[in-house]
Amino acid sequence: MLVRRLLSTTLPVAFGYIPLGMAFGVLFVSQLDYAWYMATAMALFIFAGSAQFLSIGLIANQASLLSVAIAIFLLNARHIFYGLSLLSELNLKGWRRWYLIFALTDESYSLITALPQEKRADQDLHWQIMMINQSYWVLGCTLGGLFGEGVEIPTESLAFVLPGLFIVLCVEQYRAVRSAGLMLAAAGIGAVAVWLWSGQMLLVSITLALGLLLGTYRSGRWIATSGE
Amino acid sequence: MDSYIWGVILVGTLATFATRALPFVLLGRFAQHPLLRFLGRYLPPVMMVLLVVYATADLISSSATLGIVLMSTICVAFLQWTLKNPLISIFAGSLLYALLI
Repeated sequence: MLVRRLLSTTLPVAFGYIPLGMAFGVLFVSQLDYAWYMATAMALFIFAGSAQFLSIGLIANQASLLSVAIAIFLLNARHIFYGLSLLSELNLKGWRRWYLIFALTDESYSLITALPQEKRADQDLHWQIMMINQSYWVLGCTLGGLFGEGVEIPTESLAFVLPGLFIVLCVEQYRAVRSAGLMLAAAGIGAVAVWLWSGQMLLVSITLALGLLLGTYRSGRWIATSGE
Repeated sequence: MDSYIWGVILVGTLATFATRALPFVLLGRFAQHPLLRFLGRYLPPVMMVLLVVYATADLISSSATLGIVLMSTICVAFLQWTLKNPLISIFAGSLLYALLI
C-alpha cells in the first residue's frame, strides 16, 4: 500500500527522469568512447541532469578538471537556494540527512515542497521519495547507455540534444525572471569569449558575467540609496 | 583516459554536492543577505545563456553553419515557450537540426 502511494506520488518524476536519463545514456555512449556503466556511475554519483549533459561536452573537449568544477558548480548554483529554503525543516540525523542533501534535485525539491501540509514534516517520506526518484534516473541512464551501445546512431543527429536542453532551461529562466537585458548581455559576453578565447570560453565568460552581475548589484544598490 | 573520466565524475560529484550542501554547512546565516538573494535570482538565467552559447558554438566549430544552428535554436525556444514540454521541444529541435545538417 505504502509502496503504491510512493509510486503514484513520484510517477510524474518517472515520466521526466526515465526518458531524459535514456537520452543522456544514448548521448554519452555515442559521443564518447566509454562503456555504458560510466553513464550509470554518473547517475549514481553526480545525479544532476544538466551537469551530466554538460560533462559529455566537457569530456569530449578534454576540458581541465578546474573548468569542469567551476562550470558544474555554477550550473547547479540554483540548488543553493533550494537548500536555503529548506534549512529550518531538515531535522534528520546521520547518513539519511546527507542523502537528503545529496539528492535535492529540481524535481525532488518541487515534489517535497508541494506535499500536502500533514506530510510536509514527514522526513522518512522525503527520503523514500528521493531514493525512488534517483532509481528512475539511474535506470534511465543505464538503459540509454545499454541501448546506445547496441545500435549505431549517427552522432551528428544527436548533437543538438545538449544545446536543446540548455535552450529549454533558458526559456524557463526567462519565463520566471524576465531579465531580457541581462540575458542579452550574457549572450554578448559569451559570443566575445567564444571568439577571443575559444579554448577557455566557459571560464572566461563565467568570470566576466559574474563581474557584470556584481557590478549591476552594486550600481543597483547605489541607485537605490541615492534615490532616497 | 580512464583516470580522466573518473576525475570528471569525482569533480562533478563534489561540485554538485557542494551546491546542495553549502546552505546546510555554511550559508545558513546569510540566507537573507541581499547579495545572495540577488545572485539566486539572476545567476541562473545568465548561466543558461552562457551554456547555450558554449554548446552551440561547439557545433558551429565542428560541422554546422550558423544558420542551421540559429534555426534549430529558434525552433526549440518557440516550442518551449508555447507548449512548455521539454521533451517535445528538444526532440523537434534535434530532428530539424538532423534534417538540415
